[in-house]
Amino acid sequence: MLYLHIPFCKKACHYCDFHFSTSLQQQKPMVEALCTEIALQKDYLDTKILHSIYFGGGTPSLLTGDELQQIFDTIRQYFTIADDAEITLEANPDDLQLAKLQTLKAIGINRLSIGVQTFNDHYLQTMNRTHTAAEAIACVENTKLIGFNNFSIDLMYGFPAANHLNWQADIAQVLAFRPTHISTYCLTIEPKTALYHQVKTKQFVPASDNFAAEQYEILIEQLTTQDYQHYEISNFALPTFYARHNSNYWKKGKYLGIGASAHSYNGTTRQANIANNNLYIKAIRQGQIPAEIEVLTPAEHINEYILVNLRTTWGCNREWLATNYNYKFSEKLLAAYAQQGLMVYDSQTVYLTSKGRLLADKICSDFFVVL
Amino acid sequence: MKDLRNFCIIAHIDHGKSTLADRLLEFTNTVSSREMQAQLLDDMDLERERGITIKSHAIQMTYLYQGNKYTLNLIDTPGHVDFSYEVSRSIAACEGALLLVDAAQGIEAQTISNMYLALGNDLTIIPVLNKVDLPSAMIEEVSDQIVDLLGCKREDIIHASGKTGLGIENILNAVIERIAPPKGDIAAPLQALIFDSVFNSYRGIEVYFKVLNGTIRKNDKVKFMATNINYQADEIGILKLKQEEVQQLSAGNVGYLISGIKNAKEVKVGDTITHSERPCAAAIQGFEDVKPMVFAGLYPVDTSEFEEMRASLEKLQLNDASLVWEPETSAALGFGFRCGFLGMLHMEIVQERLEREFNMTVITTVPSVQFHAFLTNGTKVIVNAPSEMPEPNALSHTEEPFIKAQIITKAEYIGGIISLCMDKRGLIKNQSYLTTDRVELVFDLPLSEVVFDFFDKLKSISRGYASLDYELIGFRETDMVKLDIMLNGEKVDALSAIVHRDKAYPWGKKLCEKLKELLPQQQFEIAIQAAIGAKIVARENVRALRKDVTAKCYGGDISRKRKLLEKQKKGKKRMRQVGSVEVPQEAFMAVLKLDS
Repeated sequence: MLYLHIPFCKKACHYCDFHFSTSLQQQKPMVEALCTEIALQKDYLDTKILHSIYFGGGTPSLLTGDELQQIFDTIRQYFTIADDAEITLEANPDDLQLAKLQTLKAIGINRLSIGVQTFNDHYLQTMNRTHTAAEAIACVENTKLIGFNNFSIDLMYGFPAANHLNWQADIAQVLAFRPTHISTYCLTIEPKTALYHQVKTKQFVPASDNFAAEQYEILIEQLTTQDYQHYEISNFALPTFYARHNSNYWKKGKYLGIGASAHSYNGTTRQANIANNNLYIKAIRQGQIPAEIEVLTPAEHINEYILVNLRTTWGCNREWLATNYNYKFSEKLLAAYAQQGLMVYDSQTVYLTSKGRLLADKICSDFFVVL
Repeated sequence: MKDLRNFCIIAHIDHGKSTLADRLLEFTNTVSSREMQAQLLDDMDLERERGITIKSHAIQMTYLYQGNKYTLNLIDTPGHVDFSYEVSRSIAACEGALLLVDAAQGIEAQTISNMYLALGNDLTIIPVLNKVDLPSAMIEEVSDQIVDLLGCKREDIIHASGKTGLGIENILNAVIERIAPPKGDIAAPLQALIFDSVFNSYRGIEVYFKVLNGTIRKNDKVKFMATNINYQADEIGILKLKQEEVQQLSAGNVGYLISGIKNAKEVKVGDTITHSERPCAAAIQGFEDVKPMVFAGLYPVDTSEFEEMRASLEKLQLNDASLVWEPETSAALGFGFRCGFLGMLHMEIVQERLEREFNMTVITTVPSVQFHAFLTNGTKVIVNAPSEMPEPNALSHTEEPFIKAQIITKAEYIGGIISLCMDKRGLIKNQSYLTTDRVELVFDLPLSEVVFDFFDKLKSISRGYASLDYELIGFRETDMVKLDIMLNGEKVDALSAIVHRDKAYPWGKKLCEKLKELLPQQQFEIAIQAAIGAKIVARENVRALRKDVTAKCYGGDISRKRKLLEKQKKGKKRMRQVGSVEVPQEAFMAVLKLDS
């Protein structure tokens, strides 16, 4: 599995706390550095066969066809891309004109993750998105027209509103396109974002938790009745279209992350590249990987497993935890949560119910091992 | 004996007693300036920080006056109302007292009560007007106050400044000229007054005493009359900056005794030391066993630290005999201790010493005074804790301790103070003008109302100018009820309080509101109720936590989120479980801060 981080955006969305830069002059040297890092890290994974490549960001759709081609050439130089590999690119609607879509397809991208967020122009503006609702609709239509059969739409909820009409309209619009995959994220006020500042200065009043929770419930109801499977807290897919790349993160699979702020995992340690474009490029040019390595303790392994797996449709495998880490779920706590309708479990597996998923953080931390 | 003078300093907190004492020690070369550390007599860190003297101390100085060498024993006294018994004992060991009055602030309530104590013990009073160098000093006005109070002449008042050293020589000369040397019969049977004790981890308890009659020699067999325990006087000596061992001490002298005593409980301030053989006829008058006035539960935040806390309290008790405690259990807090304190300051000090000296973090439950409950069958029950309060249907009536409170204030604050005292169920007994703008108010007040935030409120109403002194005047019939707090129907014993029926409703309401702020949302709704018996008097709800979930959990999000949740969980380890509700430690302290 290979992840590439493209840390550039035309402008900053008010809610975003990911690593990106709006200074696009560095795009070319960054692509160079990405290619160099691929070469430097070619032995990180214990395989040379890639079943998934994922371009995340930032805004990977800002890359030109030539730049993408350069990256693909480098990947092919050191790795073999499996025939059935999932090759995803995150894209903003305003970048996906017909010509661009054709280029992406020709280069080998076979899955698009489109950052629509909402079809409501007011919210798009409030959040400082670059596109309009009309552009979003056009781009999804073009995506289908070009023949991208496998694409995902990102939706956002939790915008303040008097009622749920807008949200229901957004869901209906997405369902009308029938994408293979839908990711939905609740608007979160992250520290050090413009939105955080607006909330503090009372320029923006976020929706209440209760309101957002109702939207989540509406979403689950609407999507699951249309054959979408709710396979992770924020992710829905038609059968056989679960995101392979993301599923790998949740199944403790190994992955190599290339680029500033990208994370890698080799089965024992995690590492994170520095989240600074200049410093990243500088180090890579000197042949160094500017990464911090983190070795997880057994307790941290357990906690991470619970945190990630309780969010998924696969749940936590009790036997695996017992055999590998001698961890046992507290029966008392399980029974209490089951009684509150938040969890279901048997001797093999522990899951969250739909209701429980709304409280995933609290519930999983209750099962954490803290020394 | 004619070259000996024993004296103390009577002063209100902040009036500069410790600084003045330092100047006296410097002037008599008792300490070199190298050894000089600000406020030398206050050697506990806590004392120095709070600027108050908690335990009293004594120190000996020598002073050359008109060709004669004099020995002066300065006996330091605590300045807070919680420790008034200790003050009374140090006064009893002296023949004279410096009445120290801050020229900028004037006479305060405690100064007056301690002065009457001194006059009652036939002490010669030397009035000293301190801080005369301050721009805000009101020398004429405060001198008038002193003259009025003491009936002395204006010329008798010594002007001084602990800061600049002004008047120090005059004070020392006055001590020799005006204070009588101690009387006493060297040949009579030994009679010595214990006025203080300190704990030394290597040498055991050091007992500070003044010999009134007779002579004590090293290795004498002595007896403490109140406890009736015999000891050998392993070491006796005088108290200079460091202790100085001597072979004998006779009537009039002040010194220390070491005899391997390990437990401070055996040494009671006010007790009389005599010889085991040839004892004196009677003990020195005025001995009282110090009784705790305020009771509260102290619990370790970490339940596993119970035994450690017991050990810490035992050590504290070695040098603080006024601290009493016994183990108690709380359903909410686990194992802890019911402690008795002299007052609220004493309670705070014990709590702080546990934290600083023993590294214990403690939860304190609602402080309470001792009540008497009378059952319908006539039985009297002593109630030191809410859990000991009988059920309402078995209760005939209750009694609570009352104090006589003497408050001295500037006239402009009278209105505020009277309404504060009324709000605290006080009865005004007297109001008299000491000068044109200083008023003395006397109230009968229920002690239970005073132990809470009375002193803080008094200070804030009077902008720090009012001062308070009080004495217990006995029990009176009252109407106290036990107010319980319930979380989802489960009583939280640690939040129960005994309050007056008239105050139960506002108390319950405020506490419920405060708890609503402090209880974290949980996945179910939490009902917070205040109840007297079965009757609910107040209710608040904490809404159920509806949503607590991270939106994105890919690659780097995983580590970040795990760390965040682990950190939150560590914080939660300090929470207590009441039924299904998690209660943070601050909630148990909420009662102490209902108005903030």
